[in-house]
Amino acid sequence: MSYVRLVNVTKRFGAVTAVDHLTIAIERGECFSMLGPSGCGKTTTLRMVAGFEDLDDGEIHVGERLLSSRRRNFYLPPEKRGFGMVFQAFAVWPHLSVYENVAFPLRVRKLGSTEIDRRTREALDHTSLLPVAKKSPEDLSGGGKQRVALARALAINPDVMLLDEPLSSLDPHLREEMRFEIKDLQRKFGFSIIYVTHDQAEAMALSDRILVMNLGVVQQVDTPLQVYQNPANRFVFGFIGLSNFLEVSIHGDAVRVSGGGDDPAVQVVVPAELKAAGRAVLASRPAEIDFAGQGAVRGVVKRCVYLGDLIDYRIDVGGQEVRVQKNRRAPGPREGEACGLVFVRPHWYLGEEKSS
Amino acid sequence: MASVQLQGIRKSYGDNTVLRDLSLTVNDGECFTLLGPSGCGKTVLLRLVAGFERPDAGSIRIGERVVSDAAASVSAAPNERDLGVVFQDYAVWPHMTVFDNIAYPLKLAKVTQTALRARVMDAVGQVNLRGLEDRMPSQLSGGQQQRVALARALVAKPSLLLLDEPLCNLDAGLREEMRFEIKEIQKNLGITIFYVTHDQEIALAISDRMAIMDEKGVIRQIGAPDEIFEQPADDFVFRFMGVANFLPVHRQPGGGWVTGGGQRFPWEPDGDACAWLAGFRPSDVRLGRDGEGLRCRVKRASFLGAMMDYLIEVDGAQFRTQIETHAALAQGLMFGESEACMVTLHSVHWFKAGEIPEGRR
Amino acid sequence: MRAPTPSRGIGAAEVILGLSVGILVVVVAVPVLIIFFNAFWVNGQFNLADTLKILREPDTYTALLNSLFIASGVTVMSTIIGTFFAWLVTRTDLPFKPAMRVLFLVPFMLPSFIGALAWKMLLSPRAGYINRFLMDVVGLDGPVFDIYTFPGIMAVETMYLFPFVFIQVCGALERMDPTLEESARISGASLFTITRKITIPLVRPSILSGALLIMLYSMAHFGTVAVLGIEVGIFNIPTLIYEKIHQSAGSFNSIRTGTVLATVLVITAALIMFIQSKVLSRGRYQIIAGKSFRPVETKLRALRMPMLVFCIAYIGFTIVLPTVTIFMVGGLKTYGLPFTAENLTLANYRYILFDWKLTRDAIWNSVTLGLAAALITMFAGVMISYVIVKMKVRGKGILEFLGMLPFSVPGSVIALGVILAWSGKFGINIYNTVWIILVAYIARYMAFSLKANSAALEQVHDSLVEAARASGAGMGQALRDIVLPLVRPGMFAAFFLIFLPALRELTVSVLLYGPTTRTIGVAIYTLNEDGETVYSAALAGIALMIIVTAQTLIGRFTRARTAS
Repeated sequence: MSYVRLVNVTKRFGAVTAVDHLTIAIERGECFSMLGPSGCGKTTTLRMVAGFEDLDDGEIHVGERLLSSRRRNFYLPPEKRGFGMVFQAFAVWPHLSVYENVAFPLRVRKLGSTEIDRRTREALDHTSLLPVAKKSPEDLSGGGKQRVALARALAINPDVMLLDEPLSSLDPHLREEMRFEIKDLQRKFGFSIIYVTHDQAEAMALSDRILVMNLGVVQQVDTPLQVYQNPANRFVFGFIGLSNFLEVSIHGDAVRVSGGGDDPAVQVVVPAELKAAGRAVLASRPAEIDFAGQGAVRGVVKRCVYLGDLIDYRIDVGGQEVRVQKNRRAPGPREGEACGLVFVRPHWYLGEEKSS
Repeated sequence: MASVQLQGIRKSYGDNTVLRDLSLTVNDGECFTLLGPSGCGKTVLLRLVAGFERPDAGSIRIGERVVSDAAASVSAAPNERDLGVVFQDYAVWPHMTVFDNIAYPLKLAKVTQTALRARVMDAVGQVNLRGLEDRMPSQLSGGQQQRVALARALVAKPSLLLLDEPLCNLDAGLREEMRFEIKEIQKNLGITIFYVTHDQEIALAISDRMAIMDEKGVIRQIGAPDEIFEQPADDFVFRFMGVANFLPVHRQPGGGWVTGGGQRFPWEPDGDACAWLAGFRPSDVRLGRDGEGLRCRVKRASFLGAMMDYLIEVDGAQFRTQIETHAALAQGLMFGESEACMVTLHSVHWFKAGEIPEGRR
Repeated sequence: MRAPTPSRGIGAAEVILGLSVGILVVVVAVPVLIIFFNAFWVNGQFNLADTLKILREPDTYTALLNSLFIASGVTVMSTIIGTFFAWLVTRTDLPFKPAMRVLFLVPFMLPSFIGALAWKMLLSPRAGYINRFLMDVVGLDGPVFDIYTFPGIMAVETMYLFPFVFIQVCGALERMDPTLEESARISGASLFTITRKITIPLVRPSILSGALLIMLYSMAHFGTVAVLGIEVGIFNIPTLIYEKIHQSAGSFNSIRTGTVLATVLVITAALIMFIQSKVLSRGRYQIIAGKSFRPVETKLRALRMPMLVFCIAYIGFTIVLPTVTIFMVGGLKTYGLPFTAENLTLANYRYILFDWKLTRDAIWNSVTLGLAAALITMFAGVMISYVIVKMKVRGKGILEFLGMLPFSVPGSVIALGVILAWSGKFGINIYNTVWIILVAYIARYMAFSLKANSAALEQVHDSLVEAARASGAGMGQALRDIVLPLVRPGMFAAFFLIFLPALRELTVSVLLYGPTTRTIGVAIYTLNEDGETVYSAALAGIALMIIVTAQTLIGRFTRARTAS
């Protein structure tokens, strides 16, 4: 049986359904991310797991324990759930020292003073905070404060860690470092992680599985590679990275790019299911388009910007814009030149949903 | 349209000399970027050109006019210099509508009502704010306010446009869009632009020429973007323009060797010194499973979606590279942590070891 | 295009700086310094022994002890009440919270000496209505309550001062990042532990800040102790100063005693301000929230309705009861009569407003003094703030210091200083005229104007002016078109911040008034002293109506401006 189970979890705020019948199962030791734009319901879901919000429908279980259930009218308050949690703005207490911050959950559980000291030091050691244990968190940098928050969450040796956008207030360099630290800690201690973020690269790099969410509804649950390779729908495709969407019209076997007068023909193979539809959307990644002469989609280079390590092209294809990014060493056309595009791994969508 | 000539500029605040003996020329009609880290003095230089501060020594010419000459005690007030300025915090006046904000320079120049209206609406159209002229700035987003600032700076058709980090408060997508628009406007109007920023991506994207300034206010290199990126004058420029990898190489009779491991380094530094640092970009790295090259080990592998990001270790040194995911999948180059790999380099810049302090690599 | 202008030497900036320093020195520094001078120098010689002799007099040190005692009691009680209500209104599920939040600010609108008057009418041992009611109806032998006591004074001051703490703590609790408490919850702490170990320590700086303000205010407060204490011989420093000066009609010795007392008061006040700045600098944490999740709410359950009733009862008791009493007593034909229809009349009100010169003059004086003081400090404040905030000239630190000085100088001290300075010493004698009160008001309220205007000016970033310059405007034009419109709200705020307190104040004008220069506060007080209780109450009622009307109009006016 999966370790953390959400069954039909629903939350409404007035007329708005923030989370719509969500069902997920998270394994022991898994790093599970919830990814989506602001307002998609990911943070609300996390807060329901933590116990800060009650459910309007459904149930939440961890292992053998029931945490919340609307039907059975059961609700366990956050202080009894035993999770470790890290918040976006760190939520580290400025009036307590680093040591006291980390010891707080242990003191609350009324453990013996030697036990408290041992476990606090252990947590501080694992987050490299022993040298600053006596300091006030106000004296530490953003990264330091985040480590204090991590150590405090670890002190009670939780089975599940809840992380709510913990890295978004840090600068990019630090974000990567902290990401690796979190992963290392997970490997060492073996807890499950439920991670909330709007940064798709972060979710990809960190997770065993990702849940992509929009407007309270699950879009896809899969491994990062799968989500990237086979996005379930147009929303996931667009959210997971830079993307191009080309509207095309299909006449039997001929495919033309919509718009812009003399619709250029697109030499691509259309999935059979779409031929009947007459219209479709060809989705592609800027990094997965090659320049070629023959058998390609024709376009004209509108902009060609040198960005150092890579070159960014904006190609006009029948009135629509396609973005291509290439390594600076790769040859490419110049501004104003005509060119041919080959879509290496195109995805097909029918309006908002996947074709099949 | 005007050129800008700075000659022998010096500026100090108390004991702190921010700029010393700085000379620079911006050509008529070009988009020129001054790029440097925060606090290096680039904003001070812009403010000197604008006339908000006066140099302690040196002279500034805009076009044919000498607008500032410390020796001759000559200084034109900012409102006498015929330029437009776009500030980092937009500086859009909160108590005036979009229309009135943009119209203000024309009002000061006593342009007639009909002509004023026409020119303001023209500027509004140029920055894609049509329909919003009667809004108050508090009702606009950050990007829209920035456009108001831009329109206001351009409406009086100045010969020079100064921009002080105008995009750094916008999110990544908007930044891209706005730098695109600035470049478009510049091409359409042929106006001379002097742009100041710490963001090398923006500088590369919009400049005809750029200058790199270090934290002491000294200009290290001036040139076109691809010149600066491909042929950095020194290690500061190299490091500033993007991710910079370094491998320590020592030279012995017979060639170069990777320090710390003993592997033969396929390139040879030219110069007599013994200890070198080979500098290269992530995009200069070619990975392989076997074959020729340096034997390395993947320390960290991160799947970032479109790219695989690798931190690679060789004989105690580390460097970074990225490879497009689809290429990695196609060529069997999806490495996991601790896997071995072979690395070849496309090209290398040589720096003398000891020029670059340890902590800076 | 004009030719470039040559660099200049002494310019407009230096002139304005000089003017600003001049104003502040004359208006603020001179009165304060002259107090010290007078306290320690006798006949041109430094004489500490004489000063100490005055301090050793029983009257003097008793007054000091009383001041401290009353202020401490008031501070402790206000802090407890203020913090409790703030917690109720921000952290529980009390019904009608927004309305309660506004209601608890109403005590601010009632000048506490008018409140003291009302309570005197209710709880004085012989004539107080409540006491008489209890004796007559319930059949008790003697009066239950005696308002002419320390507890009485402390209770009345507390009633009208606790909003200081209430506002500070409300603000801190509302602005606090809720995740600070949530992280404690998820760590396993109960709501009680969280409040004790996390919430209270984090808002402690705000609590202390409010408490110290109350301490300062109470020590410097004249009205309540005057109404309730003088009769039974309880004096604090401001009332003792008044007593000495008025009894002796301004004799040399009494003035000396006054200045020594004033010095003690200033030193105490300065100490309190010093402690406050230390507390704030050490303890003010960055706890402002970003996201919009609501903070933890304690469920009151069975106590929910009782608490609401308690709050309403408190407001009813401390606001409604005294106010109704004031209006009712003001309508009596003679004081002491029972409240029946035949004993009530509007004649008193008519008399005060239209017929009696004394009260008409008092109302006129207060309104004109308030307007004049507010206007002058508003304009002077804008100019001086501009120098402090925007100009890069040497020596503006002096301005900041001089400007903020009156904050810690109690009203009595300013009044005394103004008497000493402008009663002929420097060739100007405005004693017993309206002008001396005006000068005192300007000194007293300048700091408020500086604060409001500085805050507004700081919002006007330099880049806004520079953008105007780059657009082609000269410096003067940029000031007119950009700075002035943006600073106007701050100026209006300064105006009202001064007009309303000036309208109703008593502490300063009671030491400065002459036969024709009474203010509303002085008129109410002196009428009460003379035994004209009914007229005193009627005037107090009228004063309350003026204050409430002015406050409401201003509220509507500022709301309208911010909305546009």
